[in-house]
Amino acid sequence: MRSARLGGRSFKPDSWGVANNQEVWNLPEENNVTWVIGGPQGGGINSVAETFAKSCARGGLNIFANIEYHSNIKGEHSFYRVRASDKEIRSHVDWIDLLIALDKETLFGDIHKEFPTHDGHRNEVSPGGGIIYDSSLKLKAEDIGRPDVNLYPIPYMEVLVGALKEAGHEKELSKYQVMANTVTFGASIALLDYDFNLVADSIKQGFTGRKAALGDLNVNAARHGYEYIKKNFVDGFPYKLHPIKSDQKRMVMRGVQAVGAAKFKAGCALQTYYPITPATDESEFLEHYEKNYNIVVVQAEDEISAVLMAAGAAHAGVRASTSTSGPGFSLMSEGMGWASHTEAPGPVIILWQRAGPSTGLPTRTEQGDLQFVLHAGHGEFPRIAIAPGDASEAFYDTFDSFNYAEKFQMPVVVILDKFLASSYQTIPILESLDLKVDRGQIATEADLASNPAYKRYEFTPTGISSRALPGTRGGIFRTTGDEHDEFGHISENSENRVKMMQKRMRKIQLAAEMIPDTKKANFFGPPQADVTLVGWGATKGAILDGMQDLEADGIRCNFLQIRYMSPFPSELVTKYLTTAKKKILIENNYSGQLGSIIREKTGITMDSKILKYNGRQFSQNEIYEGVEESAKNGVKEVVMAHA
Amino acid sequence: MLELKDYRTKVHNDWCPGCGDFGILNAIQMALFEMKLEPHDVAIFSGIGCSGKTPHFVNTYGFHTLHGRSLPIATGAKLANTALTVIAVGGDGDGYGIGAGHFVNTGRRNLDFTYVVHDNQVYGLTKGQAAPTLPKGEKTKSMSAPAIVQGINPIALAITAGYTFVARSYALDVRHLKEILKAAVLHKGSALVDVLQTCPTYNDINTKEWYAGTELPSKTPRLYKLEETGYDGVVKNAQDMNEINEKKGQAIIKSFEWGEKIPIGLFYRNQEPTFEEMIASRMPVFKEVPLTKQDLFHRDISPIFESLT
Repeated sequence: MRSARLGGRSFKPDSWGVANNQEVWNLPEENNVTWVIGGPQGGGINSVAETFAKSCARGGLNIFANIEYHSNIKGEHSFYRVRASDKEIRSHVDWIDLLIALDKETLFGDIHKEFPTHDGHRNEVSPGGGIIYDSSLKLKAEDIGRPDVNLYPIPYMEVLVGALKEAGHEKELSKYQVMANTVTFGASIALLDYDFNLVADSIKQGFTGRKAALGDLNVNAARHGYEYIKKNFVDGFPYKLHPIKSDQKRMVMRGVQAVGAAKFKAGCALQTYYPITPATDESEFLEHYEKNYNIVVVQAEDEISAVLMAAGAAHAGVRASTSTSGPGFSLMSEGMGWASHTEAPGPVIILWQRAGPSTGLPTRTEQGDLQFVLHAGHGEFPRIAIAPGDASEAFYDTFDSFNYAEKFQMPVVVILDKFLASSYQTIPILESLDLKVDRGQIATEADLASNPAYKRYEFTPTGISSRALPGTRGGIFRTTGDEHDEFGHISENSENRVKMMQKRMRKIQLAAEMIPDTKKANFFGPPQADVTLVGWGATKGAILDGMQDLEADGIRCNFLQIRYMSPFPSELVTKYLTTAKKKILIENNYSGQLGSIIREKTGITMDSKILKYNGRQFSQNEIYEGVEESAKNGVKEVVMAHA
Repeated sequence: MLELKDYRTKVHNDWCPGCGDFGILNAIQMALFEMKLEPHDVAIFSGIGCSGKTPHFVNTYGFHTLHGRSLPIATGAKLANTALTVIAVGGDGDGYGIGAGHFVNTGRRNLDFTYVVHDNQVYGLTKGQAAPTLPKGEKTKSMSAPAIVQGINPIALAITAGYTFVARSYALDVRHLKEILKAAVLHKGSALVDVLQTCPTYNDINTKEWYAGTELPSKTPRLYKLEETGYDGVVKNAQDMNEINEKKGQAIIKSFEWGEKIPIGLFYRNQEPTFEEMIASRMPVFKEVPLTKQDLFHRDISPIFESLT
């Protein structure tokens, strides 16, 4: 029997992610709930889950919400998890306190199929938790097989028809069928005893303008679901949520919005993209604000074109970026080399990683592209690579990336992933007034008038040469992917080659000197600890949350989160890791790529690794379990596999 | 007062003696001079190959890019600064082979730019392999056997892709080429100028003499000018789909004429909204002020944050 932890509860999945030790479940607490809605893709789970998350946030609670879905348009199983709490939460857990099953597959999976993909969520529900399902499925309690869980069968369509009748739309059931999701949503609010008015307001916010009437219709459907529970079930559901006072106005934000907002703030003029999951959402977000901010968003014919359009625009004098995922980034490597070799002031490339290789798992997360980003392209050229760990860092790092692209005249890759792209989190409104745009050295017409022999690639002590913008009188230059002289003309002169290589590479050294240490890595926890966790990117949230549980169980941890991959903060990492007692690497990939980089750059080897590469992010409890296996039992490599 | 020499550079030119590229280079410089375009208002983009070196020899902003990739880079630069006159140059392998996807899609957008293709049917710089425009069954001197695949018809491809100005000229008829280039640059929209170009080193079939028809029984030049035959490729009413389709069809049929008689000149032209105009229809300020001149650095992003609360 394990001691109480993880906020009073623990969960240990077996290797296939199925609960197998239910005896460790503990009692529920107030304002700490994991709510999950599952159903077929296209069944409206996103809108409901996002509305729920928002209404929790408006009630002063913290939320963390993440979605798992298939690469499919309609029909395949997807589920959306919303965790709500009055404490700070930055990750998800693998159990469910309240499950809404829009269909049978959500309960049992597709085990009847020849090639099953999952076995449903009924075994993930915590004892004392609840399951809302459609009574028209005619399931008996034994079928569900969870006598320890509260069952809430609701006749979805009947309740929906009642709601539509009240609004005078009873003849349009086929049109509004998808609103069954809203009925179940309302029912879940009744079980949680949460404030229905907050929910109603959040629903309405999703339907503005011409769609306002639809908002009222949805509120009505939710109310009918709510009342059905209140009328037909005795109030015995132990998980409750209630609004709390919060003086801070907070946002519910996901990575694509953070990056998009940063691009507007940074003055990005051109965004190019080729449709790819999970990156497209970001470009669509930018396109949504096209008129407000005068940004040009171009859908290119492929990622080769996308990265080069952005590079061309950067050379021509605007801030430009492109966004993609692994397969697209593979195509961009040639263009990135050209951009760096010609010292283009950009582009900023946002890489939303997904599970590779090749097409891989298109809708699932992974940190498999780190080494690739650092080495993409033939030959040797400088690049900046930044890996933010959450939405807030994604905002600031994206803003900085435009400054650095122009200042150091090289492409900047911001490495994120599907999990960060799509997971919502409550965060305070981001402070952006102090952010300063730095466009680097630009040769103006006046500068050029006094410099008749302008050299675009002039050798300078810093390696940076001032750039003229095409269209400027006196600034005519050539640029070429061939090795070139200071004027940008092709040169195969051996002495020039050496100097040019050194000039370009010196800029990354300069970047290393100019970018403050505070941006390059974060260190959490006490200076000395039993274990030092080392990670990067979107695992940050689960690691921070998992650390609290480990602390509570007497395992003292600290955490080094590396944010700059190029220039790599070797000295900083050495400083933190040389005194560390036991170094545990945590990565969402197969080989522990950051571990290899640390070894390459500092000579320091990790003591053990916790890895996960099934296309899903680490949960809070997996961090706990992994560190325990590693720290207490001495396992060198722990592989997590919860779905 | 601008002079022709203001469009030239002193960079050493390493093209083979007698190369058709010299004719194209001269025509570009003369066209820019005659149009009185300020050198700093023009940007030339090239791919890889002998033609790729062109920007080094013309005194304008010059971008020598990647093999097949000049058009995306030119597109980005043009969108950033719509005040620039954008000209792209490349070889037939560059434009119709490795860059075929960009060739088609740039034309589809009808970006306001001019694409000059040095069409010599061979890969010169890599020593004479077959290029996409080499007709099936032909064998140039460095090939071990005749080509077993079809050659591309760039004129027909450009018309179907959406180029709104499609012309062919000849590198050794500098006056004709220069006039075509001027019209192409003036045209609002994507213009393709496919330039038949001799490669004296590797193309021993389509030589200067071949084009002159000296070995033909009639001893008459193979090339003839469309404008001298009463051919009219210009769409008069851009709203009239029938006229557009007829003119496109006529141009495509004409473009397959090859052998003893080869047409040069303007095959097709139509005035359709450019990519820039289409963007401006969604964002009016784009038409008035190039992005490079807009202040995009003081955007108030608080409404975005507010919408997320």
